[in-house]
Amino acid sequence: MMNETWKVDARDGKLAMAHIYVAFVALALGGLAGLLQVLVRSGKFELPAGISYYTILTTHGVLLGLVLTTFFIIGFQFAAVSRTAGTLSDRVRFWGWVGFWLMTIGTAITAFYILIGEASVLYTFYAPLQAHAGFYIGLTLVVVGSWVSGFAMFAHYAKWKKAHPGQVSPLLTFMSVVNMVLWLVCSLGVAATVLFQLIPWSLGYVDRINVLVSRTLFWYFGHPLVYFWLLPAYMIWYAIIPKIIGGKMFSDSLARMSFILFLIFSIPVGFHHQLVEPGIDPAWKYLQVVLTFMVVIPSLMTAFSMFATFEMYGRSKGATGLFGWLRKLPWGDARFFAPFIGMLFFIPAGAGGLVNASHQLNQVVHNTIWVTGHFHLTLATTVVLTFFGAAYWLIPHLTGRVMTKAMNRLAIIQTIVWSIGMIFMSSAMHFAGLLGAPRRSAFSTYGDAPQALEWIPYQIAQAVGGTILFIGIILVLIIVTNLAFFAPKGETEFPVAEVAEQAERTPLVFENWKLWIGIAVVLILIAYTVPFIDMIQNAPPGSKGFKLW
Amino acid sequence: MHMHKYEKIWLFFGIGSLFVFLAVLGVGAFAQGTQPPSCLTTIDPEKVDQTPPFDKPGLVKTGDNEYQLNIVASAFAYTPNQVEIPKGAKVTINVATKDVIHGFEMAGTNVNMMVEPGYVSSYTQTFDKVGEYVILCNEYCGAGHHLMTAKVKVVEQ
Repeated sequence: MMNETWKVDARDGKLAMAHIYVAFVALALGGLAGLLQVLVRSGKFELPAGISYYTILTTHGVLLGLVLTTFFIIGFQFAAVSRTAGTLSDRVRFWGWVGFWLMTIGTAITAFYILIGEASVLYTFYAPLQAHAGFYIGLTLVVVGSWVSGFAMFAHYAKWKKAHPGQVSPLLTFMSVVNMVLWLVCSLGVAATVLFQLIPWSLGYVDRINVLVSRTLFWYFGHPLVYFWLLPAYMIWYAIIPKIIGGKMFSDSLARMSFILFLIFSIPVGFHHQLVEPGIDPAWKYLQVVLTFMVVIPSLMTAFSMFATFEMYGRSKGATGLFGWLRKLPWGDARFFAPFIGMLFFIPAGAGGLVNASHQLNQVVHNTIWVTGHFHLTLATTVVLTFFGAAYWLIPHLTGRVMTKAMNRLAIIQTIVWSIGMIFMSSAMHFAGLLGAPRRSAFSTYGDAPQALEWIPYQIAQAVGGTILFIGIILVLIIVTNLAFFAPKGETEFPVAEVAEQAERTPLVFENWKLWIGIAVVLILIAYTVPFIDMIQNAPPGSKGFKLW
Repeated sequence: MHMHKYEKIWLFFGIGSLFVFLAVLGVGAFAQGTQPPSCLTTIDPEKVDQTPPFDKPGLVKTGDNEYQLNIVASAFAYTPNQVEIPKGAKVTINVATKDVIHGFEMAGTNVNMMVEPGYVSSYTQTFDKVGEYVILCNEYCGAGHHLMTAKVKVVEQ
């Protein structure tokens, strides 16, 4: 089934690469926006020509949080399903391209309205700040495009299942399907607020909007969104990294179980982003806090699995002692090194996440720059370094090239530069946040308040870290451009791990979609029905739109 | 499904500490009353200035050493923007917004709550230390978001 000579078909490769190009263009532009932000916030620099800090901030969030991630993930997953479940049919590929163009056109429309200053509402676009309708319509196209691609993947999976009755599907295909199911179920929330509330309101068809309902629908989507980013990184860790180091996967069934747990527990948790807001009874908040913490379990399983794989491999190479196996790992291989560093950063990132989601502790850090520091560890380090590490074999595989030793060395340096930059920036953000420095704010001394003056050294450290990170972005863009256009021609492997001999056969129950989606829906209904009815029954008068930038 | 013995141990302690932690949060919330600000009172966002207590924003004494601090948030200011609180006072802070969402944060304290149109946000805090605290807006509200500020002085009685 997992024939090593299998390659991603050239036509499927084109589809995947189209997504990857958009992702890295977004990285370049969004990274530049990030650099400008840290410089402004150091207090030593002002944006020229009256450009608003908040326009730049909106650009940064939309391009890196939404565009880079969604495009890379969908491109990677198309390649992964083509590699493991066979070449896409012409029809599936056609719909993949439809999805791609919908997302790309949507991104262009949204970017246009942001850049002309009609949509400085940040990537969370909380009403009653009201952007131009084009901003919301563009975002709708991005989401609809991703749905089209998701259904294309489902169709491909269904075809495989039909051709292989009673067999367990290839792991990477299974994981891609889980991630797209998760995405589909959660993006219904943001689609509902955008289609039924924000677009009619921004076009003037309705006068007023229910702000709390809109926020709740947004956060029903907003937290599973981060798992939609994280799961592809987990795919790479579980199913690809073991092959890169030359070892075997610890257990196929535990990998599937952890993905199913993510599917079940990552959606009914949005209230932990709304812990300090009015209009929601604290008992319901607490229930969602409990559900939030359940995703710790699959993450613990993943950590165990990864380090078990590493240790088993090291010992098979003759390592002795408690930690001798660490020395056997391929530290000089960027395809391993970048994701591994990403894994290490996930330890403090996860711990910080526990603080954020803790019913009462959240109040200390809510909307402070601590939170920004947190997701620059999770998304901008763990996930992004893993994606970079994947790009180092995926791009040459798809373009028929090989990564040279020099580029591999540059990729190792890139990872180190990224880590150093992030340690400066993210630590400074965490510390300043504990002192109260807010997120999403231009430079301000708040009337020379002594407390605000204390934050400035941390803001300078953020600028230092951010500048180092920008150098990291330049390096990765050099590598990616080389791999896409200039690296020597040749064959690069798309690594897919095999399961260790001692692992058990995988049961078919993990593909009982009715069961798992059913459980997910029941949990969503339990967590949301009563508070949602409360919000609507006790709704205050709605809000008119405001354009305050 | 089979699990490795070490994985069972790892998960037992991992999940065990998770539930201990959740129990601590739960006891804090429901037995000791440390809940996050979750006021359920609604208000017409266009009539904040006419609705008591926000028609006369400021500090009001409500009992022996107990006060209410009523604040109106709007782009990009808090009213009032200077408040003196006697040391040791137990103050219930009520905030309402006239326009968009704001984030009411008193840096250096646990006072941190979203202020959303249509709702009153409320939190009770005791001020035991003399000093000056900066109040700022921590939810993006527009071009002047970073200029939205107020000051609280805790003074000796």
